[in-house]
Amino acid sequence: MSHAATHDEHHDHGPEAGIMRWIKTTNHKDLGTLYLWFSMIMFFIGGLMSLVIRAELFEPGLQFVQPEFFNQMTTMHALVMIFGGVMPAFVGLANWMIPMMVGCSDLALPRVNNWGFWILPFAFGLLLSTLFMDGGAPAAGWTMYPPLVLQTGDAFPFLIFAIHLMGISSITGAINVIVTILNMRAPQMTLLKMPLFVWSWLITAYLLLAVMPVLAGAVTMLLTDKYFGTSFFTAAGGGDPVMFQHIFWFFGHPEVYILILPAFGIVSTIIPTFARKRLFGYDSMVYAMASIAFLSFIVWAHHMFTVGMPLAAELFFMFATMLIAVPTGVKVFNWIATMWRGSMTFETPMLFALGFVFLFTIGGFSGLMLAIAPVDFQYHDSYFVVAHFHYVLVPGAVFSIIAAIYYWIPKWTGHMYNERLGQIHFWLSAIFINVTFFPQHFAGLAGMPRRIPDYATQFTDWNVISSVGAFVYFVVQFVWAYNMIVNCIMKKGEPATSRVWEGAHGLEWTVPSPAPYHTFEEPPVLDESEVQGAHADEHQHEVQGKPA
Amino acid sequence: MEKAKFQAAAAALLAAMAGVAQASPYNLPKGVTELTQEVYGLHMLIFWIVCGIGVVVFGAMIYSIFAHRKSRHPKPADFHESIPVEIAWTVIPFIILIGMAIPAAGTLIKMEDTENSEFTIKVTGYQWKWQYEYIDQDIDFFSTLSTDSNEARQLGSGVDVYKVDNYLLDVDKPLVLPVGAKVRLLLTSNDVIHAWWVPEVTGKKDAIPGYINKMWIQIEEPGVYRGQCAELCGRDHGFMPIVVEALPREEFEAWVAEQGGRMPGEDAGPPQMASAARVAAADIGVASEAGMSDAGAGASEPVGDAPAADQASLMEQGETVYGNYCSACHQANGQGMAAANFPALVDSPIVTGPADAQIQQILQGKGAMPAFGYLSDMDIASVITYTRNSWGNDAGVVTPADVAAQR
Ligand code: HEC
Ligand SMILES: [Cu+2]
Ligand SMILES: [Cu+2]
Repeated sequence: MSHAATHDEHHDHGPEAGIMRWIKTTNHKDLGTLYLWFSMIMFFIGGLMSLVIRAELFEPGLQFVQPEFFNQMTTMHALVMIFGGVMPAFVGLANWMIPMMVGCSDLALPRVNNWGFWILPFAFGLLLSTLFMDGGAPAAGWTMYPPLVLQTGDAFPFLIFAIHLMGISSITGAINVIVTILNMRAPQMTLLKMPLFVWSWLITAYLLLAVMPVLAGAVTMLLTDKYFGTSFFTAAGGGDPVMFQHIFWFFGHPEVYILILPAFGIVSTIIPTFARKRLFGYDSMVYAMASIAFLSFIVWAHHMFTVGMPLAAELFFMFATMLIAVPTGVKVFNWIATMWRGSMTFETPMLFALGFVFLFTIGGFSGLMLAIAPVDFQYHDSYFVVAHFHYVLVPGAVFSIIAAIYYWIPKWTGHMYNERLGQIHFWLSAIFINVTFFPQHFAGLAGMPRRIPDYATQFTDWNVISSVGAFVYFVVQFVWAYNMIVNCIMKKGEPATSRVWEGAHGLEWTVPSPAPYHTFEEPPVLDESEVQGAHADEHQHEVQGKPA
Repeated sequence: MEKAKFQAAAAALLAAMAGVAQASPYNLPKGVTELTQEVYGLHMLIFWIVCGIGVVVFGAMIYSIFAHRKSRHPKPADFHESIPVEIAWTVIPFIILIGMAIPAAGTLIKMEDTENSEFTIKVTGYQWKWQYEYIDQDIDFFSTLSTDSNEARQLGSGVDVYKVDNYLLDVDKPLVLPVGAKVRLLLTSNDVIHAWWVPEVTGKKDAIPGYINKMWIQIEEPGVYRGQCAELCGRDHGFMPIVVEALPREEFEAWVAEQGGRMPGEDAGPPQMASAARVAAADIGVASEAGMSDAGAGASEPVGDAPAADQASLMEQGETVYGNYCSACHQANGQGMAAANFPALVDSPIVTGPADAQIQQILQGKGAMPAFGYLSDMDIASVITYTRNSWGNDAGVVTPADVAAQR
């Protein structure tokens, strides 16, 4: 077996044996694996919480849980899925892939990387422990609006501290990604030759750096309001509860893009591979992501049109929000142009990527509707919003994570998954995710508010369908778990070639499968055929850094 | 041939979607005000625009998936950029967006215009009920989930909720409005944030402690319209419905008389002024203080008598009542606002003088100061005790019995 990163002075060594390997590891591949396992566990826990919610909402009337516990479930489900599921999954993918994609041996700050991961089990240990406390877990929604959140019982400081820890973890991860990408690329890997996944993560990391401290500040103010007599958000003390919402959503809207930009990167990587055609409009994809990131800082108040802002502010935030549709549309059009007159095959990663494009676009459509402030007064805080953000987060972000794992796991473990099971997994997921969330549009339009444990009888039909969909979707994911664990991790599947996919390009495919514990200890020579960007053929045109 | 089939299928699907969207009760209601109808129109307009975009985008995708798969199209093309195309699909969506933004902005501007309303109702959110104060008619009441629904909604109640009339959407006392009148609603909250939403009557607006939010409604058709609190407000957030009953004007006037209120103009003078001052004061901002010390702790109940009436508990409750009803004008520090002619209560001869005169003034109001007779004896006694013994005042306790004697 040839080692792609051959070198002389450094002797090759594998990982330490036993549990200490995982605790002490500073290896980006080990940490990538840890992050991914962690996120899968969190998806499972968060999924169970969503099943409590869907079980209670199966019928009108309260059957299983008290309203207070229901509120704990909606709150915890969101926190666990966002901060425990989606974000760590993307960080795990970044850990595994960024060094292999830009051609360096590891992330720039490996010990920080270890620390960033190992903070997370403690953060979520604190958060989940609140379920067993007097007064139960936080129940004021993941948005933590005061004054309501200040009524939280013993769980309150745990919530705040857990969020601080998650923020520290994200910030360390973001710094690591930025430093690695900017300093450690292989010599010929100019910025505009980088795979789009790397670009998407570079932009995401800047967003994280910009907004996680803002969230930390907001929750710290909550903490002092509750325990140290300040009145940042308490009207009676001269504070302003709406200010919290402004600060929160100044974090929260970029956060939405933190959850979706890496997905854009993944889809932009997978579609060209299976279309056997270079990504259309590489540069405009980069510019589109950058403009989305910029716009994400000036649209936050569209989450709070109903707080009663001045007319001018409402108009501004409405227009700015609508503007985001432009770069987002550009991305979708570019993906379709990439497929256009390609030579497509539909292996599981491609199916999930296409599912992403379809269903994320539906989420984008409802997003555009929500941007229209006067109509948002009707949609806001209704199930229409629940449907909207689940479309962009589940068949959006989560499908992209699933696609990425199918796509790269042969490289990680050296074994192929079972394609037939993969196809079954995709079709059942795609069907039942729609069964779950499409009806919620109608429930919301008909007037069902979100975050309620019980509802008026006219909403029953849609809720029944939605609950059935959720349960089936949850069960179907075990097909995936089986496929991954048995065929790839336990190595029962076919051995993978180093290229894995016929149409795959990129440095990660030049190393063997499974990727050796250490890759690219010497910078690789970048062959133009491995470059995903439009600049692959730059040497033919002899135009350096041509803007479009 | 194949293409025609595909087009037919797409058209059928679209028609089905349109059917669901328009004919069924599962779409946004058109509503019974000019604004909700306009909003409905905007909603449908944008829905159809995104459907159109969807047909184009998904059509292209599906066609490509079909025609450009490897088995039919073994050799991929190798184009990968085109500046004219990129410009086109940046500019065209932009133009479509402008087409949406213009009518949307028009509706928004109309919504925010609360001028020239006929009268004003102050809506206050509580955990978990609504208070309606008809400022001009001098009517004031709370509106809570109906007993039927409340019994049925308990965990394991065994009640068949389908047998309950308007399960979870019924209240003991609805908000009654006259048809055709432009009514201004002022929204605030006594504890946490709530949101007032009756889809057929108006979109939602938040009721926030310390804020007064404005909106207006003008219902065109008599009827009963139902909605719910839309902002998570704690345990019983799902159980604080809103019911609006729109009556023809004469019936509304009869209802007002029955409630012991009066129509604006019937008795011009002090009450009118009082209402104006009250609203002005409300607009200044500080509205209330939240009772939010412990998990699940409800707000202080402004109605209903508490048994204990010793000075400490009177002072404690009085502080809350003062925060809710008085501090907007007299300020939290009791100094009043000289500029607005709201006198200081510190060292005020009335506050420190004989209790009876003070009780009378609170019960009856005076000049720009509204009457608070609708508060319970306990609330009035406690707030008077509070003002008599705060900020350096020291004038003894007033008991609920003293207040009752003055009624
Ligand atoms: C809308 C504003 C407003 C609110 C609310 C209000 N007041 Fe007043 N208050 C006034 C005005 C104006 C006067 C002066 C009336 C006059 O003499 O014409 C006044 C006078 C008084 C006085 C007599 C003070 C003096 O020296 O003449 C007392 C006592 C008083 N208010 C107590 C209260 C209490 C207790 C509350 C709450 C239950 C309250 N007020 C709520 C506006 C208000
Ligand atoms: Cu947003
Ligand atoms: Cu509520």
